[in-house]
Formats: sequence, structure tokens, C-alpha cells
Amino acid sequence: MKKPGWSAAAVHAFLIAYSLLTLVPFVWAILTSLKTTRELAEATQLLPVAFNLEAYRTILASDFKTWFFNSMFVALVVTLLGVVSNSLAGYALARLRFKGSGPVFGLMLLMVMVPTQVTMIPAFLVVANLGLADTHSSLILTSIVSIASIFMMRQFFVSFPAELEEAARLDGCGTFEVFVRIVLPLAAPALATQAIFVFMSVWNEFMKPLLYIASLDKYLLTQGLNAAAKQYEKSAAWNITMAGSIISVLPILALYIVLNKYFIRLSDRAGGSW
Amino acid sequence: MNASDNRDAGAAWAFLAPTMALMTLFMLAPVLVALVVSLLKMDVISGHVQWAGLKNLDYLLEDEKFWAALRNTVRYVLVVVPAQTVLALGLACLLNGKVRFRRGFVTLLFLPTLTSSAAMTMIFMWLFNNNGLVTQYLQVHWGVTVRFLSDPAWALPVIMLMNVFSTVPLFMVVFLAGLQDIPAALYEAIELDGAGPLRKHWEISVPQLMPILFYVVTMGLIGCFQVFDQAFIVSGGDGGPENSTLTFTLLIYHFAFKTYNTMGLACMLALVLMLIIVAATALVNRFFKADGVNR
Repeated sequence: MKKPGWSAAAVHAFLIAYSLLTLVPFVWAILTSLKTTRELAEATQLLPVAFNLEAYRTILASDFKTWFFNSMFVALVVTLLGVVSNSLAGYALARLRFKGSGPVFGLMLLMVMVPTQVTMIPAFLVVANLGLADTHSSLILTSIVSIASIFMMRQFFVSFPAELEEAARLDGCGTFEVFVRIVLPLAAPALATQAIFVFMSVWNEFMKPLLYIASLDKYLLTQGLNAAAKQYEKSAAWNITMAGSIISVLPILALYIVLNKYFIRLSDRAGGSW
Repeated sequence: MNASDNRDAGAAWAFLAPTMALMTLFMLAPVLVALVVSLLKMDVISGHVQWAGLKNLDYLLEDEKFWAALRNTVRYVLVVVPAQTVLALGLACLLNGKVRFRRGFVTLLFLPTLTSSAAMTMIFMWLFNNNGLVTQYLQVHWGVTVRFLSDPAWALPVIMLMNVFSTVPLFMVVFLAGLQDIPAALYEAIELDGAGPLRKHWEISVPQLMPILFYVVTMGLIGCFQVFDQAFIVSGGDGGPENSTLTFTLLIYHFAFKTYNTMGLACMLALVLMLIIVAATALVNRFFKADGVNR
């Protein structure tokens, strides 16, 4: 097939333009974070006069550091517990023969239809009744079950060859042993994809910590960023807010750079599951 | 019915136990709580409870904030869902052609999707702030002064733009995966018929993409009806200026935590929102089914 040169050039030009448009907000944020508050007020120059790290120093000297580690702790615990329980559930629904299989799966499908934001307020009442209001446990316990992840794991295990498992069973391995020794090692890519997905969703969650957490020292990063921004907005210290925003993106960005292929696969799955 | 149908019952329930326990406590129970509380006049702090019944629905419908939230949310959905779908599909089609550095483009374009809504909103607020890049550019080069974030006519559009900006890359990658799954034989067959790129696009790509388009539109609808983070941050939580950024979920938040005795209204509104989402999804489902018949 002959390819007309000008249309390829136009396509590339458009893609480059859109990429630049994507980058502008981030570059602007980085440049801002390197300016002083005075430079911002004068607003004469696009580039910072000197690469000033004062904004980063200020934000890291505040509660921000605590919030960062809170987020890290909650996200890691949820990822660990969630990957275990979601994978167990996905495996049971894909492979194990039991009478409740259909109804349980149906119930999960039904729960997917109920938007999370809609159950969040009543879930807060449950959390409060359990005495868990304003604790990290409330965030962890309500975030472990991810029906999307259970579906993803179920689809993965369904398309997984059963011969190995049957052979291990004949050798006298119990169901749990088969799962841990045979299935899990082979499921590593799916587990990695799920772990990234879960970690990112907890790290970026805004509404849930806003509802469940009230004490300043227990804030997660997203809600803390919002609180800090409100405070710095009064003094128009956008450099500090931008420094905070950039720091908050870094862990996900690092994951993205290291585990790029799993991110793209993640979206594959999302589309492929329909 | 065969005995082996229930062979693994013990193990299966053990495997499902943590999930079922947490799901019952934090998903099923809340739905039941919502159903009951939506019929009560209830205050969380004092614990005061009184039967209200369907009067809660009447209160909602009489509240002008409800109508403002409905208006804003529907406007939001009607703009953002088509815009993000079309843009994501367009970019995916371009990237599916003969493009150099495709992986580089995808990697770069994916950035906004990785960024938390909180950080993204901060960055956009600073872009559209009175001292921000966009505002200043317009002022210097076009001589217009727009106070984006404090002008009721502009606050919601900025939030719309922000959401389109951050969700387009995700859906773009979903479309791209779908496009690459289309068997090459289909294109070769129609090429033998003498079809050009446009016919190939409309007669093969578009019908083959229908299931994915349905997925993207459905997820977009559900996400947009629940828009909260951006509206909350931009307005500082109150839905201003002049209720112009008050969305359904923001109003639910107000009823639940900001005003007294209105937990019932919050739950009722949550149920109303759920019904709207289910209805909208069903409508979209019908539309796509009707269109996808000769697939």
C-alpha cells in the first residue's frame, strides 16, 4: 500500500502537538515549584531565575512527610492483603467446583452496578458503628475487596491450563497447596498487574480519606495536599503547592517507569474483559 | 446433579471467606443501611432518629440545590462523555496507523491518567488562577480577562476540561488495544474489494470496536455521574461560585456531613443517583445493541 507522505506528517504533527499539550501543565508545575513566592507575585518570567529548592524544603518540613508515609503504609497494606484475598476469590470462582459459585458471582456482578461513591456514606455509618472512624484500619478494611481485580483474576485463571493442577492433585496435594505451589508462581504477571492497579487506586483516592479521616496526623497524601493548598493559597505560595503535587506523583511515576508493560496490559484487560 | 459439582466446597468457601466477610460488611450492609436511612430523619452526631418516609424525596425535589446539582451533573456528563470518547478514539486511530515512536507517544500521553485527581486539580487551578499561565496568556495576547475559577460561567467548564484531559489517555489505550486485536484478515479482505483507508475505517474498525466503545461510554458515564474530587477541590468543598460546581456527590457529602439532620437526604440522594446511573447505562446499552446487530 502506498502511503502519502503528507498525511503521515500531519498525523505526527498532531500527535506531537497533543503530547506537548499533555506536558505543558506538568512542566508549568515543575517550573513553578522551582520559583520563589516573590517571583510568582511578579510573574514576569516563564523560567525560574535560580533553581530554588526552597518550596520542596518547606513542604517536606511540614506534616506533608507524615501524610506521605501514611499513604505509603495504607496503600502497601491494602495491596498486600487485597492481592491475596482477591486472587483467592478469583481462583475459587474460576476453578473450584461448589454449589455457591453461580450465586456468589452473580452477587459480585450486582455489587459492581452499585457505584462505590454511593455506598461510601452508608459504609461510613458501618465504619463508625464498628468504632473505626478516624483510623487507618477503616481505609484498609473498606479497600481490600476489589471486584474488578477479582474479575481480572477469574478471567486469568479460567484461561490457565488445568493439567498441571490435576497432576499435582493426583500426587496428593491439597487445594491450598496446589494454589500456592503451582498456580501462584505462574500467575506472577497477573498478580503484578493487579498490585499496581490496587496500589494506584489507593494512592490516588481522595473522597474516602476525606470522609473517614479527621485527625491531621492521620491524613492521607491527597487530602493533605488539598488541606495544605488551602493554607498556602492565602499567601499565594503556589510554588509550595506545586512542589507537593509533584512529590505526590513521584511514587506512581517511578512504578510506571519500571513496570511500564504491566500498566499497558492493565488497560488491555479492562477493554478485553467486555 | 452430580456429587463432584460440590467437590471443592470446603476449600472454595475458605478461599472466599475474607472477600465475602468484607463485602458483606462494607458493600452489602451499606446498601441495606442506605435503603433504611433514606427513609429516616437522622443526625449522625446526636444519634437522633425519626421516621420520615418518602417525605425525604419531597424535601429533595423542593430543594433548589438538588436541581442545581442535577443541572450541573447532567451538563457535565453531556459534555465530558462525548468529548473524551471522541478524542480518545481519534488518538487511538492515529496511533494505530504507521506511526514512529508509537510506544513513546503512548507512554508520554498516559501521564495525566497516573496523576491523582488531587494533584491534577492543583495544577489546573494554578493554570487557570488569576496569576496562572492560561489567564495571563489570554490577558497579554488577547486582551481578555477571565476569572476562570470565580466566574460561575467558567468554573464548571474548567473542571470538564480537567476531567477530559485526565481520562482521555486511559480510554485511548483501551481503544488502541481493541484496534490491535482486530484480525488483519478482515482488512485484507476488504482491500481486495478495492477499499481505501476511509472505507476500511468505517466498515471494519468501527463495527469491530463496538463492544469496546460500549465499555468506554459506560465507564465514562458512571465516572462522570460521580464526579466529586475536582469539584470539591476547586470550590473548596462548597460547590461555589453560586452553586455552579455543585454536583450530585458533592451535595450528598453536604447532606451527610455539613448540615444537621440530613443523613436521610444524603442516602435518598445516593439512591436517586444510583437509579439515574442504572437508567443511563441501560439506555446506552440499548442504543449500542440496536446499532451492533449486524456485527
